[in-house]
Amino acid sequence: MAVRVLFLGSLRDSAGTPEADYPAPLDWQGLLAAVPSAVAGQLREPHVHVACAGKVLSDKTGLAAQDGDEVALLPPVSGG
Amino acid sequence: MARLTIQSPADVRLLDSGMSVGEALAAFNAAHPEAGGIATFLGKVRPDEDVRVLELTHYEPLTLPGMQQLADKALQRWPLDGVLMWHRVGVMHPGESIVLVAAAARHRRDAFHAVDFLMDYLKSAAWFWKREKRPDGWHWIEPRAQDFADRNRWV
Repeated sequence: MAVRVLFLGSLRDSAGTPEADYPAPLDWQGLLAAVPSAVAGQLREPHVHVACAGKVLSDKTGLAAQDGDEVALLPPVSGG
Repeated sequence: MARLTIQSPADVRLLDSGMSVGEALAAFNAAHPEAGGIATFLGKVRPDEDVRVLELTHYEPLTLPGMQQLADKALQRWPLDGVLMWHRVGVMHPGESIVLVAAAARHRRDAFHAVDFLMDYLKSAAWFWKREKRPDGWHWIEPRAQDFADRNRWV
């Protein structure tokens, strides 16, 4: 089964797709290996955050996504 | 038209089509009859020759809950009767409204501060991603150093 990964904001352009499914379970190293290399490079940047199952991770390297979890990759925001 | 129902103390919404600012503020005003004043801020897509459209995307599981937590922070920090925070998502044209923030309070200074605080956080710490379409294509917009400096005034 799978973990769905969403590429938000500019990461969608880097990935060339808004989302992708990768095999579960998925940890930080697995995520870096699975995503396109342009995305992996940005993921290592401190200003890019990761959410798993609706919660932003305080330490993204502790990612432990299980089957059915949705992982969102969150580049710097701009609202208003 | 059915009268708008305003949630108290915080009315927080994501809107995927245009907002009626006058109607929203009339309903917010009616919902807070004890307030001595209401401060409001309306943010618009800045008319700029090069910008054809602006698109705002969000992430459902985080964006609205994050805005609600932000409203709660304002309510804890200042003595307010209520706040309203409406934010557009989707595609907008120059001159269209993006965000409407209002705060009702017994005294004006608290209302002014709360609106200023909420806007600073919405600009650089809420889960929105903005891009502009110019003649040469789409450009993602990231917060400016000034946006972070504005937000840090409240820490």
